[in-house]
Amino acid sequence: MDKKDIIAKRVAQEFSDGQFINLGIGIPTLAAKYVPNETKVILHAENGAIDIGALNPGEEADPDLVNGGGEYASINPGGAIADSVMSFCIIRGGHLDATVLGAMEVDQCGNLANWSVPGKMIAGMGGAMDLAIGAKRVIVAMEHTNRDGSARILKQCTLPLTAQRVVDLIVTNLCVFGVTKHGLVLHELAPGVSMETVEKNTEAEFIVSPQVKEMQI
Amino acid sequence: MKKVITVEKAVEMINDGTTLMIGGFATIGKPETIINAMCQKGVKGLTVIANDSGRPEEDIGKLIVNHQISRILATHVGTNPETGRQVMNKELELELVPQGTMAERIRAGGSGLGGVLTPTGVGTLVAEGKQIIKVDEREFLLEKPIRAEIAIIKAHKADEKGNLIFRRAARNFNTVMATAADIVIAEVDEMVPVGTIDPDEVMVPGNFIDYIVKE
Repeated sequence: MDKKDIIAKRVAQEFSDGQFINLGIGIPTLAAKYVPNETKVILHAENGAIDIGALNPGEEADPDLVNGGGEYASINPGGAIADSVMSFCIIRGGHLDATVLGAMEVDQCGNLANWSVPGKMIAGMGGAMDLAIGAKRVIVAMEHTNRDGSARILKQCTLPLTAQRVVDLIVTNLCVFGVTKHGLVLHELAPGVSMETVEKNTEAEFIVSPQVKEMQI
Repeated sequence: MKKVITVEKAVEMINDGTTLMIGGFATIGKPETIINAMCQKGVKGLTVIANDSGRPEEDIGKLIVNHQISRILATHVGTNPETGRQVMNKELELELVPQGTMAERIRAGGSGLGGVLTPTGVGTLVAEGKQIIKVDEREFLLEKPIRAEIAIIKAHKADEKGNLIFRRAARNFNTVMATAADIVIAEVDEMVPVGTIDPDEVMVPGNFIDYIVKE
């Protein structure tokens, strides 16, 4: 299985039936593919579309309906539309059960950096800062290391922050960390991944849960 | 007062240096007919307030490529590399605003409020130069209102009183921007007779709308 699919599949296990969730672009959006059929989650997009999904094969795109990443989407029966003010009332006001966000760096205090790399092309934070501050649960879904192998789960973030002390769970292709007030706790190792591999690829300090187990994917 | 005007009349109001709100999110809900006419008119030195700067070949993206904008407040400009290039070369001034903060600052501007207190951005670059106010031990940023001289928005349906209906996610920033400018121009797909829109279904009441341009 591809790294991204390992992460997406594990993230999808965090959702329970009826939850109201916003998925960031990239790996987080991929998680929607792995939500079991019996679990109905309601997906929210920053532009105010509620209960949306990917276009079904052969379905004609509605020119007025895109997801948070600007891709054409479909809206489920019972879906709704809010404007940007109400959409961010949902986000910032704690009305989302969870958000899944990609990250460039996360640290052991739960700080998140995912919007800016100084000197690189400018993109902008979009809705990420509001999502990180407002959702009841913030799940980070990302590859464990940078392409050059350097760590991105750090003692302290070096990139400009998206929000302070907001991350609850980190899911990577190697493992799952919970973020607690005592620091990171290793809960799961991906199949075939050793503790040494996680230690070598993680700069942050972490403690190992006594119930540490293999990721079920 | 007759609110329906031609797109030519609409762009007569938009001049060099105008501060302009433009509705829309990514490719949808943007008043493209008016934007295209602005490209043709060649107005320069605009200050634009918008969710994003589009793609280089589309809507706001074209105004960027044509160097018609000198300052932009946006939440995301990543889909238009030309925006980033002009900012790096100091040809364009950019203020990045978190999307929820953008919505609330515009709401404040349209609602007569002195600003909003938001936890978004505390402890980040967004907080630089802003007042931090503690409410019950939690820190908030004081974010000031935004208004514009002109707002150009996109709706699906209007009657001649200016009552508006939007379609799907094209509503986005269009509703709140209708409240926060001295002159509000709505570009619409369809005009319907007064009385055919049920009052319960009006999404922006006609009092906010000064002019209507039929696409």
